[in-house]
Amino acid sequence: MTTLNDFSGTEQLDSNAIKAHELAKKQREISIAEFFEKNRHLLGFDNKRKALMTTVKEAVDNSLDACEEAGILPELNIEIIEMGEDRFRIIVEDNGPGIVKKQIPKIFAKLLYGSKFHSLKQSRGQQGIGISASVMYSQLTTGKPAKITSTIGVNQPSHYYELGIDTQKNTPKILKDEIVEWDKEHGTKIELDLEAAYQKGIQSVDEYLKQTAIINPHTTIIYTNPKAEQFIYARATDNLPVQPREIRPHPYGIEIGILIKMLSWTNAKTLQQFFTTEFERIGAKTAKDICEKAGVLIKTKPRSISREQAERLIKAIRVTKIIAPPTDCVKPLGPQLVEKGLKKEINAEFFVSTTRPPAVYRGNPFIIEAGIAYGGELTSDNQIKILRFANSVPLLYQQGACGITDAIIETGWRNYGISQSQKSVPVGPATVLVHMASVWVPFTSEAKEALAHYPEITKEIKLALQECGRKLASYVNKKKRVNEETKKRSYLEKYVPHIGIALKELLALSDQEESRINNTLRDMLEDIRGKVELEPDGTQTYSEELKPIINEENGVDDEQERRSNQ
Amino acid sequence: MNKKEEVINKIKDQATDVYQTIIKRQKPELEMPIRALSNVTYDPKKGFFELNGAMKKRTLTVNTIKTFAQTLRLMGLSQQLVKTNDIATKREAYYISKNWGDASFSEQTESDAIMDDVESLFMLNRERIGFIPEEKGGDVAGRLTVIDKDPDSGQEIKIDCTKFGSGSYSVPSTVEELQFETKADFILAVETTGMYQRLVKHNYFKKSNCILISLGGVPTRSCRRFIRRLSDEKNLPVYAFTDGDPYGWLNIYRTLKVGSGNAAHINKYFCVPNTKFFGITAKDIIDYNLPTHPLKDVDIKRVQDGIKNDPFVLQHPEWQKALQDLVKMKKRAEQQALATHGLNFVISDYLPQKLENPKSWLP
Repeated sequence: MTTLNDFSGTEQLDSNAIKAHELAKKQREISIAEFFEKNRHLLGFDNKRKALMTTVKEAVDNSLDACEEAGILPELNIEIIEMGEDRFRIIVEDNGPGIVKKQIPKIFAKLLYGSKFHSLKQSRGQQGIGISASVMYSQLTTGKPAKITSTIGVNQPSHYYELGIDTQKNTPKILKDEIVEWDKEHGTKIELDLEAAYQKGIQSVDEYLKQTAIINPHTTIIYTNPKAEQFIYARATDNLPVQPREIRPHPYGIEIGILIKMLSWTNAKTLQQFFTTEFERIGAKTAKDICEKAGVLIKTKPRSISREQAERLIKAIRVTKIIAPPTDCVKPLGPQLVEKGLKKEINAEFFVSTTRPPAVYRGNPFIIEAGIAYGGELTSDNQIKILRFANSVPLLYQQGACGITDAIIETGWRNYGISQSQKSVPVGPATVLVHMASVWVPFTSEAKEALAHYPEITKEIKLALQECGRKLASYVNKKKRVNEETKKRSYLEKYVPHIGIALKELLALSDQEESRINNTLRDMLEDIRGKVELEPDGTQTYSEELKPIINEENGVDDEQERRSNQ
Repeated sequence: MNKKEEVINKIKDQATDVYQTIIKRQKPELEMPIRALSNVTYDPKKGFFELNGAMKKRTLTVNTIKTFAQTLRLMGLSQQLVKTNDIATKREAYYISKNWGDASFSEQTESDAIMDDVESLFMLNRERIGFIPEEKGGDVAGRLTVIDKDPDSGQEIKIDCTKFGSGSYSVPSTVEELQFETKADFILAVETTGMYQRLVKHNYFKKSNCILISLGGVPTRSCRRFIRRLSDEKNLPVYAFTDGDPYGWLNIYRTLKVGSGNAAHINKYFCVPNTKFFGITAKDIIDYNLPTHPLKDVDIKRVQDGIKNDPFVLQHPEWQKALQDLVKMKKRAEQQALATHGLNFVISDYLPQKLENPKSWLP
């Protein structure tokens, strides 16, 4: 039997999930509550503040995934209410397809049900353990049940459940099961009470939802925070993202632990069959090639492969030429939408974005997208703001340890008109967005808060930033030039009349002669300077006048702004 | 054509030139001599610092348009002043510019500099283009009658410079219209007010039949002009009596005698080439055993700079030697150091000995 140790160090499998899965199998001996207590830091419940964030995040991820799979433009209504000291109620309502009645208890009240782990598909779900963990946490901290309402269509009944989890058996405990009136075509609503803490700042739920709105421009989010401030993030596009395709693993990304696991799971009768059906890009010839190099017979039954043989197979794979994996399974947002997302939530004067062509690390296809918002309301004396995303999910923690941050630091920003001291985050009026879309996002740790440092990924991020940077530089330089030029113009405008006045005085000129002098001078000196104007490239959407209106829409009142400026 | 019209025409010609250049869609230029020691020559026969040919051009561009406009506006003001027989002090001119909106001067140093430019542009002294300085011209006492006019009636006023008691007649800022009557034998120009006071108090001018003038540091233009006219018209020798230090020699005496670099365009009229230097000389310090002070570093630098670059010093070996002696001694002495031999030693001994002994003078 394989042991947990076999999987240590494999990024391919979500080892947290495996651990959880292994443990879940032993539920008769260990209570699930105990498991939860022991692993809460892995599950995103290490502290009260994070518990609030994780719960919102799980619910939002579920809702967005469900809407997108069903081809519905998502509209989320999120409300956090402070019920007492350290006690909050979270309500998340979506317009998704709804959940069939019999699935509701399992999805919300059975740990690891329908978990997406070990699926090689670009999805948000790779990130968490699922909403049921939040239900569990809610039950442990408040003893209150989760309240679920869901309907799948106009003529269908709306089901209302109150659910708990049987912590001994990891099964749903149905406390209430009713049909209710719900004025909703289709959708799901979850209500959870939990022990939590609410705080503003860069790692707050507020920020998480704002960034979610940026990277999901097809989504409308209406959010009311515990201070009863409402934020409306309206969608900027009616086009749903293309659904990514699931792929089989590429041999280059396989490590010994997962290979052994796959060999034991497979239904294939021979190694050849195993390779050609379980992997991308292996045909009969390549399979034969690998087996020969490893010194293993091609007809061997997968289950009978020893650990030592498996190691030889891995080595053989490394030295065999195999075509790169298909990349059409990764769906980027696209430069237009990245820009739209930035534009709708950031009041800057210049936006630029780019989407790199697909690339591959360790057999996993991925795409890097980057965007920069510059100037406008962004302040110039602070470090630039970094927005990190993995498969459309914002990463708010561990910025310093993240591969994205390092790639940003390694990019030479001074060339692009933004100041940067050695080996540090640049300083300037800019927000930099980096999004990694991949069938498998490599995180540094099980907490899934920072990207691991793969040279292929760093390279792509830098290339994307350089592409944006060059456009930014030309804008910044143009702006500088125009500013100088405008200054000179106004200088000219200021003093030309005085030449006219003086000559009029000295030579008793007529008004006509005076204005002739002024016009000639203006003409002459401007001619020498040439015309200046900023090309209308459509990026100057920033407007001082719009600022208060936009703030109002975003629920930012003056006092709040003042506070955040301090 | 009288003097007034000449000035008005000069200004008008320059303005017309600018106007027509602009009409031709060309960039107008104002050309004026560079006013600095590096651009003057000294010919002892002529007796004053004369400009070399180096000129600077102020071309109208975006960068120079402010100064250009200010120059033209100051020319306009000057024309106005000359036409109406009025004058404005440098400070007043600065305040008048406050009406010019964007073209006004923010500091008087700016308007002074542009005024110097206009002056050299026309090679006319600023009094002739209507501007006068703030500073006092210098004090006068002795055997001299100045004939001035009453500002209202235009009637002649005779001012007897022997009749100011312990006070003095003040040289006005414009001296061109003054007339003189005198029977004095010479003019003694004194650097410090302290020494001048002593000479006045003890009626030195009566004893030696002279005119005493207090320079009060580097002599102003009008003071130089006053001495010059007096000396020229009445054929009087001029003797200078300053401290025995580089400042007294190179700044005060040299400016009095041959003019300055900055005023090179008008030196011809604003210096007194026939002035001779009485003292304090380096030799005096030794001969009279005067109490001294050590030379400061800036003094030594000033001397070395003078020996190397001052066209006046370069022409006079006597001065080169005097300066070198001073540096060797590393000492300087003030006029009033003579008091070490008694308060009136200067009157009873020093000055009479100097007058008798032209060999003790410096050129």
